[in-house]
Amino acid sequence: MALPKYTEPHYRIWHYVYLTICAAVFFFLIAPLFVIFPLSFNAEEFLVFSDGMKRLDPDAFSLRWYKDMIYGTKNPWGLATKNSFIIAIFATIGSVILGTVAALGLSSRHMPYKGLIMAVLISPMIVPLIISGVAIFFFMAKAGLAATHLGIILAHIILGTPFVVITVTATLSGFDHSVTRAAASLGSNPVNTFMKITLPLILPGVISGGLFAFVTSFDEVVVVLFLAGLENTTIPIQMWTGLREQLSPTILAVATCLIILSTLILVTAELLRRRSERLRGINR
Amino acid sequence: MSSETKQILTTDGIPLEVSLKKAERRNKIKAFLLVAPLLLFIIITYVFPIGDMLMRSVDDKMVTEMLPKTFKAMEKWDGKELPDEEVFAAFHSDFTKLVDEKREGKLSTQLNYTKNGFKSIIKKLRRKSKSFEEGNYKEQIMAVHKRWANVEYWQAIKRRAPAYTGQKYLKGIDMFKNENGEIVSVPEDRRIHRVLWLRTLEIAFFVTVFCFLMAYPIAHLLATLPMKYSNLLMICVLLPFWTSLLVRTASWMILLQQQGLVNDFFVGIGLVADDNRPEMMFNKTGSYVAMTQILLPFMVLPLYSVMKTISPSLMRAGKSLGGTPFVAFWKVYFPLTIPGIGAGCLLVFILAIGYYITPALVGGASGTLISNQIAFHMKSTLDWSFASAMGLMLLTGVLAIYWVYNKLVGIDNIKLG
Repeated sequence: MALPKYTEPHYRIWHYVYLTICAAVFFFLIAPLFVIFPLSFNAEEFLVFSDGMKRLDPDAFSLRWYKDMIYGTKNPWGLATKNSFIIAIFATIGSVILGTVAALGLSSRHMPYKGLIMAVLISPMIVPLIISGVAIFFFMAKAGLAATHLGIILAHIILGTPFVVITVTATLSGFDHSVTRAAASLGSNPVNTFMKITLPLILPGVISGGLFAFVTSFDEVVVVLFLAGLENTTIPIQMWTGLREQLSPTILAVATCLIILSTLILVTAELLRRRSERLRGINR
Repeated sequence: MSSETKQILTTDGIPLEVSLKKAERRNKIKAFLLVAPLLLFIIITYVFPIGDMLMRSVDDKMVTEMLPKTFKAMEKWDGKELPDEEVFAAFHSDFTKLVDEKREGKLSTQLNYTKNGFKSIIKKLRRKSKSFEEGNYKEQIMAVHKRWANVEYWQAIKRRAPAYTGQKYLKGIDMFKNENGEIVSVPEDRRIHRVLWLRTLEIAFFVTVFCFLMAYPIAHLLATLPMKYSNLLMICVLLPFWTSLLVRTASWMILLQQQGLVNDFFVGIGLVADDNRPEMMFNKTGSYVAMTQILLPFMVLPLYSVMKTISPSLMRAGKSLGGTPFVAFWKVYFPLTIPGIGAGCLLVFILAIGYYITPALVGGASGTLISNQIAFHMKSTLDWSFASAMGLMLLTGVLAIYWVYNKLVGIDNIKLG
């Protein structure tokens, strides 16, 4: 963003003001996340930077909260982690299968009432979560699925499918349908065509939709709060209770792990996005 | 059209038109079958339950079913003076049945919603009614407590006769139907819901404005910087976007606490005295700051995707035609970004209006929103019909915003990332 030499002084000043504003906003966005790292290594129980930490005294840092997270007897983090992963993985699988199949139908030009059906399918994304929570709770309570893993998984499939539908229909919008017709003319049946031709081509969209669904489920707390019993506790529920009752450094240790996980997901999502952009570039 | 127009036939001898229609129908069914599983799933587990919420919010059958004879007898009562013996006798018969089934507690809770003071007199009636003699129930019941001789309490019972009611919706905006059937506001000092609605709108509005003001410059920077820098900066937007909501709220709880870094900083630059650190959490400030940071990526991403498509030569053209950079920006660049602004503002406003987790953790009593009230009635008071009513009022608001947005900008402009 180098300015040309002939820029007048007041525009030059404005330009630097603008860059400063941008820097401040970026700082506001990202800095809060970095408070968590150092404090999770705090040797003391308080959630402030101790004098020792400010002096970078090695004794002021410790791994005790990480040990507490893993071995602590009172902490249900083990159960919560297991539950979170089970629920998120099954919810993702369900969302991806249902969402991708539906996206295939929606992208067909023969699909009747496309707008209306699309609106219904993505409504769980639009409706405020608290309302979805109440509605889904009523359903699960009637179906006898409250406080079961299956109930929570189904709830997360409801919340996750809109993301899959949107990303996959977006990928399919740039899809050249003559390749499937070519496959059909060469004698392939529709299932085979889908597995061998369509799926590999739309895979980036499917996976990034799946990532959205995974994160939605893994991070979801409002609906789970209504549905979960003690046995179904998840990481977000534990964090929620922890934050409400007492902010302990163990939570920060968990939070650090979650930030690392989200970084991994971010990197995967970005790589996929670039790959799919590259592929679309070739198609053009 | 003459009937002699020759029909084109396919090789099977079927008219081409029919054959094409058949193929078209087959394709339609095929496409629909692909969508059907998800559509059915969503309708059964999601759309119907929202309909169920609607039913629950107006359902008032409970009392109707508990006092069937009373309400039958009350049909003839004009509701001005105390009802006659017939109503009292019917009430006594209903009530004895409820006591036998041990359901009179539920009745007292329900009637107490309508008018305060029913709880104690129903308890008393249960005790005394055991020794009631046959006949002349009016006097016997009235002798139990002076409120039973007060016509207002009988009017309150009569108001619960209909099986459906809109009173939960009225309660949601701090109104109720009084003895004469007029809709009036509750006394000033007891209006809690209107304050909450207004606060929800206010917080959602200002969070949207703050997000817009902060997102616009950085989205512009991201869209105009060379790829290798902008990719790096994009991480600053995407990392919070992918990070757990609770983690981000936790970090704000650490920053905003009284001994937290933000307060340390203010003390450090001498803005506030060390012994007079302001309370920045558990109030509106906490909700504002945390929600703005958490929702900011939702504003940046749509703005960025729109700005990315605007050719830089447009600004240069504007300048070469004599506009100053500010004029060129305002007349050329800004109007082109309006779809992005619309999408971003809609997204942030709607997310903010239904926010629950962050206000509950950092908002305290003065920073909570309508969602918190809904959750409170779902989990604590168990007044599910009221929670449903408020949820549907919120939903109506959200759908109205979508509708207006769709008229103004068009819903198709929304992009994901």
